[in-house]
Amino acid sequence: MSAAVEIDRISKRFRLYHERPTSLKERVLRMRRTHAEDFWALRDVSYEVRPGRTLGLIGANGSGKTTLLKIIGGILRPTSGEVRTRGRIAALLELGAGFHPELTGRENVFLNASILGLSKKETERHFDAIVEFSELEQFIDNQVKYYSSGMFVRLAFAVAVHVDPDILLVDEVLAVGDEGFQRKCLDRVRTFQQEGRTIVLVTHAIDWLNRVCDEGVMLEHGRIRVAGDTDTVVKEFRGTMLEQRSPFVRSDTTKQVEIASVDLLDPEGTPIRRITPGQSMRVQVDLKANEPVEGPIVSIAIYDAADRMMFKTGTDWCGMNLGIVDGATRVVFELDGMPFSDGRYHVTVGVHDIGVETVYDWHDQGYAFDVDTTIKWEGELYISHRGRQEEL
Amino acid sequence: MASTETRELEVRSSEPPKLRMLAQIRAILRHREVLGGLTAKDLKVKYKSTALGVIWSMLNPLMYLLVFWVVFTHFMPSGIEHFAVYLLSGLLGYTLFSTAFAGATGSIVDNASLVSKVAFPREILPLAAIGASLVNFFYQFVVLILFLIAIGFPFLGANLLLVPGALAVLLLFTTAVGIGAAALNVRYRDTRHLIELSLVAWFWVTPIVYPASIVLERFGGASLATKLYLANPLTAVTLAFQRAIYGNGGPLHLAQLPDPGLTWYWYRLGLVAAASLVLLFLTWRVFFRMSGDFAEEL
Repeated sequence: MSAAVEIDRISKRFRLYHERPTSLKERVLRMRRTHAEDFWALRDVSYEVRPGRTLGLIGANGSGKTTLLKIIGGILRPTSGEVRTRGRIAALLELGAGFHPELTGRENVFLNASILGLSKKETERHFDAIVEFSELEQFIDNQVKYYSSGMFVRLAFAVAVHVDPDILLVDEVLAVGDEGFQRKCLDRVRTFQQEGRTIVLVTHAIDWLNRVCDEGVMLEHGRIRVAGDTDTVVKEFRGTMLEQRSPFVRSDTTKQVEIASVDLLDPEGTPIRRITPGQSMRVQVDLKANEPVEGPIVSIAIYDAADRMMFKTGTDWCGMNLGIVDGATRVVFELDGMPFSDGRYHVTVGVHDIGVETVYDWHDQGYAFDVDTTIKWEGELYISHRGRQEEL
Repeated sequence: MASTETRELEVRSSEPPKLRMLAQIRAILRHREVLGGLTAKDLKVKYKSTALGVIWSMLNPLMYLLVFWVVFTHFMPSGIEHFAVYLLSGLLGYTLFSTAFAGATGSIVDNASLVSKVAFPREILPLAAIGASLVNFFYQFVVLILFLIAIGFPFLGANLLLVPGALAVLLLFTTAVGIGAAALNVRYRDTRHLIELSLVAWFWVTPIVYPASIVLERFGGASLATKLYLANPLTAVTLAFQRAIYGNGGPLHLAQLPDPGLTWYWYRLGLVAAASLVLLFLTWRVFFRMSGDFAEEL
């Protein structure tokens, strides 16, 4: 079966003018002085999407995701290479592209739908559904300029989901709105998938890649870093997010007490870098006091790859009092059954006084460990579990 | 849904695409509802929240009429019979040209958000601008006809066939220059200002307020100056409109025009049509070539 979208050695160069001359006079005056810099937004990207599959494009800002989407959609022309597509394309790069504030909701629905490729008849057929979806029955004949931004987005989205393409290109438009709205979007994408449409979507969120896509492509500086099944891509993406993180260095540490070392160990005391969900871990912090300090507090916090704090505790919250610390001492945290899902996590360790007014020493996210699943399960958290069958 | 194999394969490559006119015309026809929608948008937006609405578009030529009628019948009598009819017959075509040309020129830049977010044949945008001006022209033309009926001016006859002829040629010429200017304006934003300026001069080198016969008498029928003067495509179109409507008034009226017959005007229109086709062929290619980069340049 031939591919729905074939991306064949696509490169795209943008010229960055330091100051873009846009008028004839400027152009003449600056003829010799304009220096353009080449910026390769995409370099030699090839990929094929088979009909009915959903591809997620992921990557950091400026990695070329949106540029690639625009090339597939025929909005930008590649510098070299070729894109071959089969079937009607609808590109949702921006909700409400072409909405005019002076027109009413109804007029905008028809105009926007025609721009997105719906015929007038089709729009008429879907009109009630569009209005219902947008929940704007009372306001549909008001000018759009009187809409709140929420109403605007709802109407734009309602039109967008009623387009009838073979290939749907979606930029991060779906990542807007409240949770209820996001759920609606997700449901709609699922319906599109069930109808056998091909979808290419750009996302920042690992979440979407996991939940929605069949396959993924991770772009980095315009090249494909990794492509294939979503698990591989997600893992790689998480990894690189960590690589790129530069630890936050506190300059206000007094070094009266220093963190001499931090070790991540298993309950038996062997150093570990990799655990399975639900496994226990010991965080061992060795301190060295350069002068006697009374009642320092050691805190640890665990962050996930997206920099969300997953867990935080300290010696004070554990009911410990370290007393007067002089010379070397060791603080151990036993973390039982850590309910983390797949991915990389890192640990921040700090030593400070009670109120965190004085920070003695601080290691920001300096220690990492990976969680790797060996069995099949899904979700944000891991709960240790067993299943059994009972005789009735 | 149809199986993938039967769907149309579209290839987008790096080559500045060669314009295949038939394919492109088909693409534009496929998007005719977008064209209609954008034309309607231009018109609606223009008169939204106005009390008089579309009447404003009729007031514009009426204002011209009033001013020129006062000046040329009372201050500086022109000696033209039925000056109001003379003026209106030529003015409406020129108004169509100037609004359509200026609108088309700015159309790509004004719709930047669409161009950078949605793929459709870019020709639609200048065409929609021309379409909106055309609709206004029809309103104004209706006013003209009502005016003729009201003052009892005879206008029915074979000469009226020149109206659709002149209109078609005018649209062809406007499209040819309009899409070229639209593409240029993306890269050089001065284009719009240059065109607005040139439209002022263009108005006066076209026989709208004064009769062409003055120029012919002054320079002589066969002189280079006359030839240049008549080479102005808008002169041919304007004269055809004048012959079609004003020329029907009688011998006094015909005396203001370069030729009493009808053939001369058809011949002139034919020349402009042929030249416009050649020009369109060139500007369309330029437009098409540049259109691939519009999204970047905006």
